[in-house]
Amino acid sequence: MARELLEGNVAFAEAAIRAGCEAYFGYPITPQTEALEHMARRMPELGRAFLQAESEVAAINMVYGAACTGARVMSSSSSPGVSLMMEGMSYIAGSEVPAVLVDIMRGGPGLGNIAPSQGDYFQIVKGGGHGDYRPIVLAPATVQELINLTVEAFDLAERYRCIVVVLADGCLGQMMEPAELPPMRAIRPSAERPEWALNGAEGRSPNVISSIYLEPLEEEEFNRRLLAKQAEIEAHEVRFRELALDDAELAVVGFGTSGRVAQSAVKFARQEGIKVGLMRPISLNPFPYDALGRLADRMRAFLVVEMNGGQMVEDVRLAVEGKAPVRFYGRMGGVVPFPDEILAEIRKLNAPTEA
Amino acid sequence: MDLSEMVESLVYRKPDSLRDVETHYCPGCTHGLAHRLVAEVIDELGMREKAIGVAPVGCSVFAYNYFNMDFAEAAHGRAPAMATGIKRVNPDNLVFTYQGDGDLASIGAAEILHAAGRGENITVVFINNAIYGMTGGQMAPTTLPGQRTSSTPLGRDVEVHGFPLRMCEVLSQLDGAAYVARRSLHDVANIRKAKKALRQAFEVQLNGLGFAMVELLSNCPTNWGMGATDSLVWIEEHMIPMFPLGDYKVGPGVASVGGRES
Repeated sequence: MARELLEGNVAFAEAAIRAGCEAYFGYPITPQTEALEHMARRMPELGRAFLQAESEVAAINMVYGAACTGARVMSSSSSPGVSLMMEGMSYIAGSEVPAVLVDIMRGGPGLGNIAPSQGDYFQIVKGGGHGDYRPIVLAPATVQELINLTVEAFDLAERYRCIVVVLADGCLGQMMEPAELPPMRAIRPSAERPEWALNGAEGRSPNVISSIYLEPLEEEEFNRRLLAKQAEIEAHEVRFRELALDDAELAVVGFGTSGRVAQSAVKFARQEGIKVGLMRPISLNPFPYDALGRLADRMRAFLVVEMNGGQMVEDVRLAVEGKAPVRFYGRMGGVVPFPDEILAEIRKLNAPTEA
Repeated sequence: MDLSEMVESLVYRKPDSLRDVETHYCPGCTHGLAHRLVAEVIDELGMREKAIGVAPVGCSVFAYNYFNMDFAEAAHGRAPAMATGIKRVNPDNLVFTYQGDGDLASIGAAEILHAAGRGENITVVFINNAIYGMTGGQMAPTTLPGQRTSSTPLGRDVEVHGFPLRMCEVLSQLDGAAYVARRSLHDVANIRKAKKALRQAFEVQLNGLGFAMVELLSNCPTNWGMGATDSLVWIEEHMIPMFPLGDYKVGPGVASVGGRES
């Protein structure tokens, strides 16, 4: 496979197809609609299922239904649409069926706008729908990472029988940059679907997929199972990137697009001789608490950069446990920060009076 | 009489498509009857091992405990969307939803409308008993004008609460709907007609003809506050005039597949 100039939305849609996605259900919403359009063209020509649902509510429930058969299935949307999917997400979590969702975040709350934002961090990372659950959340910063993490999302969803959300923003969805698509995987034959799946009770006792545990003690037992799964996910699936942290005294923390912009700012700061590095969480659940906690032992201060009013910063503070000051710089409303804005914050952090 | 010459023959038994368990339904409720009719039809079609049911939220939320086949439990109103997802990846399975009036005609109005509009090749069993049973007798979208419920204690005032929805009449207007019929479970003759309609609705799916729904007028002795026998009379005297029985849509090709009453 060669590198091609790819738009983020098209790239993740095609990556999902190559990862063996058998069905896509979605609803048009800017800034992710190109993904739906790509699926509309590609899925039927491959003999796979594509359906434009009547709403995001219906789309996620179609995903839920298809997921119950053990088929590889996904949807994608953007913030207001993802809000409508929260009910279905909770049911999917409560039934332990695998599903993949890509959220190309935009400015909010409400109808907001169609510009890039990271305002859905709380909603997605902390669960979003009712009840006690968390999806695995992966945050790419480049189109290549968006491709790779979308493929990985399907594998993780099946391994843990959970929802995996690829949390990106309108910047990444709309941006074109060179990237390489993975080779096409063969679709799994329906005879090899998981044994828990609904495919007709031929020669076996019936399978039931439900999120009901009417007895509180049974529901608690189920909740404990989800917690145990979360612990396993925390033990095995933490992902992050570090840059120039070896001799650093200051750490900038940012995910996705804001982490990528912060990377430029860190490079400029290094040219000025400021000993600063970058920590970019890729898995937002599981969050790299331990890695950040270890950094906290040797950093003078942290700067968290987000395209929201301060959401991931709460998790960074939990990780740092007060061992160093944690400052926050955020742009909201669909505004993407420039590297020099972040550079100015790094300089402030480096100033003796501020440290 | 020589007892050794007696031959025992089984004339009535539980369908294979039902599990041999007790249900949670109230005494006199027609849900059990509707379950049995669906199960008999699936048995007769030889499709039990190919069937995937989708249960609603409402009194029949535990339908998956009673049907002896693969089953999913949907969010309130979303069964047609879930069934769509199942059918689109498993077109060879017999996929059906079993939904009450609150589930189908209120919170799930969008999902049923669009499943019908798409001509989704699924079968829908719609239980209309004009009340919310599970939550204890509140107004349903099919509650009759003047009918007392716990949320219309003075009776449904159409000036305040609007009018009941007639779902067969609505869905029959859609090109994607292949077969839409309303039957009643209030007496034996009508129960037999209901079974024929259910058979028709499943055969529509097996023949790939599109969306099929059978609405079954049903009772709720507990929340209507009357005995089982009285409740059956109430269906006949009050529900049927508001929800007339009959075939509302018999699309192209449907009449030639079996099961439909002449």
